[in-house]
Amino acid sequence: MEARKEFISGNEAVAIGAMLARPQVVSAYPISPQTIVVEKLAEYVESGLMKNCSYIRVESEHSALAAVLGAVATGARTFTATSSHGLMYMAEVLPFVSGSRFPVVMMNANRALAVPWSIFTDQSDSMMLLNSGWLQVYVEDAQEALDMVIQSYRIAEDPAVMSPIMINLDGFVLTHTYELVDIPAQAQVDKYLPPYKTGNKMSIDQPLGVCIGITPDLNTEFRYRQHVDQLRNAPGVIAGADREFGEVFGRSYGSQGGGLSEKYRCEDAEVVLVTLGSISMTARTVVDKLRDAGRKVGLFKIRFMRPFPMQDLLSLGDQVKVLGVLDKNISPGYEGTVFSQVNSALSRKANPPRTMNYVGGLAGREITTRSLEKIFSEMLGMIRDGKAELPPDPNGRVKFINMRWEDHE
Amino acid sequence: MSNMTILNARNITNEELFFGHKACAGCGGSLAVRLAMKVIGRRSYVVVPANCMSAVGFMYPAMSFGVSGLCCPFASTAAVLSGITQAARQLGEEDYYVVGFAGDGGTADIGLQALSGAVDRNDRIIYICYDNEAYMNTGVQESGLSPYGTKTTTSPEGAKKHGANPIKKNMFEIVAAHNIGYAATASVGYPQDYINKVARAKAHPGASYIHVMAPCPTGWGAETDVTTQLAREAVDCGLWYLAEYENGEFRLNKNPKEFKPVKDYLTGQGRFRRMREQDFKIVEEQRDAMWAKIRKNWQTA
Repeated sequence: MEARKEFISGNEAVAIGAMLARPQVVSAYPISPQTIVVEKLAEYVESGLMKNCSYIRVESEHSALAAVLGAVATGARTFTATSSHGLMYMAEVLPFVSGSRFPVVMMNANRALAVPWSIFTDQSDSMMLLNSGWLQVYVEDAQEALDMVIQSYRIAEDPAVMSPIMINLDGFVLTHTYELVDIPAQAQVDKYLPPYKTGNKMSIDQPLGVCIGITPDLNTEFRYRQHVDQLRNAPGVIAGADREFGEVFGRSYGSQGGGLSEKYRCEDAEVVLVTLGSISMTARTVVDKLRDAGRKVGLFKIRFMRPFPMQDLLSLGDQVKVLGVLDKNISPGYEGTVFSQVNSALSRKANPPRTMNYVGGLAGREITTRSLEKIFSEMLGMIRDGKAELPPDPNGRVKFINMRWEDHE
Repeated sequence: MSNMTILNARNITNEELFFGHKACAGCGGSLAVRLAMKVIGRRSYVVVPANCMSAVGFMYPAMSFGVSGLCCPFASTAAVLSGITQAARQLGEEDYYVVGFAGDGGTADIGLQALSGAVDRNDRIIYICYDNEAYMNTGVQESGLSPYGTKTTTSPEGAKKHGANPIKKNMFEIVAAHNIGYAATASVGYPQDYINKVARAKAHPGASYIHVMAPCPTGWGAETDVTTQLAREAVDCGLWYLAEYENGEFRLNKNPKEFKPVKDYLTGQGRFRRMREQDFKIVEEQRDAMWAKIRKNWQTA
């Protein structure tokens, strides 16, 4: 297929990315707002657009990832997609895949968890599975979604990483928004992404037991190896995969290309906001507006939650006085998950900035430029004589934004 | 099927593909696995969920299967089988078999949904349920296949309840109701019947299911040298049956002229120790009702 431009939704971009990556087994179960991905892939397989690929129609998400587990364990390249409760339902299978070091690529449409029921977006679902052993990337638009499906196979299948990847798209905001997307030629993708070859598989000629049980005297070493491969090797492999992607396709991601994060106008910033996913786009325009007004603000966009961009955070200059984390999830009774992760990284810094947590965008509630301006302005107001003064009450540092009662204040 | 060689004790291979495991003495489940693997052979992939067989045969570095295998999430045996069979096909493998061994809980309870899905898709998989009528790996808890009056750790006999729930789910007919291409019941007490059914499942081009009764001396409260004898008695007293489902028809393979007394079978096991005369009568009534239906509706030998 030739390179072309198409006006497509984020979901379709994911499905086309998956098609171009030539998986041999796809298994998925429908759930809003991911369903279009399932439909498209079933259609591509049936119409012959995806050759040498089986589409396994399963009766649940648990079986979707289980079927993919069986397939990847047999040496096939695999793909699945889910969202929210689907991700929760398949959660048991996630550490089977990652612990076995199987390079599955999965798309997750970030959606709220019940109760209260909602089909709209936040990031509660994927954040709950940060410890599942899966790499996690959060994309910002349909183009990045398509590109990251292709890149993810390179990253996941790299012998130094050998870990599954979850590609997160904000539900509806990204999955259902139509954009003009560059679709690369199949030949180019084939050049970038060779067929999957591995020794980590079952075969008839060389019998191998996988998803094995291991007693306490050896178990920890397996987990340690998984940990250090992701910690030490994954960042470099991600950067390399993106650099080469840029050479082949002319697009790359992250500040210097292939970053776990992106720093936007952070050089001399005194206040920085940390975001993930689609809201970063809005935040960038707010930063520009405030910069035009002479305010020293910047944006730190997290692309990968695993591996975590710890070094990138530590490399923020000491002039950053207040750093706010916008969390589209809440660990009830404590704080946003990203906030905890960011604070942990910053605690390794000699002079860390003071940090604030802004919880918003839950279950599809809008985050407007106005609310982001308000956040920035509050953080700027905490700086007096070059020093940051935060609310004295530790709990006051976790703030829900855009609450209904604010309009009546 | 008629041109298939009948397997028996003389012509079955001496090759072992499941050995060196740590199953209890007299384990019926491991016998069911061992016999099936002799029939299915080396060109196979095995899936075992969290159960006794994985606990005794799948702990690194002591791997007891002579073929490739995967120890899957408890609920997912049939789905993983589907993934393997589709992947092997796409990777160009030929002449391969994909077989799962799950217990009664792993099949009739937690694994039922995935099994239903796989049978519905008619993927070429062999699913063998070894039924020892309780969750044995975790220390004998009641499953959906524990028969009336079974004493387990979660169905203790008390003033309110007399052991396990009176209903034993009918997995054979549940699977048959999916219009599966081949399904059978079997017993480790009738090994020749069992291995030939495994051979038929192996030859079947779609999904196949075998439900094999496999006593567990540890959980049943029986001596370790009576496993096959107990399995035989269950069939001979009519509490279990040997049958097949094929082309939309049920076929009974063994139609006893008269049943041996259920009381002899039940009183030989610790799990039924508290049963009284009225209980034996209830069991007999359940049995007779079941057989009346079978003899009325099924083809009989």
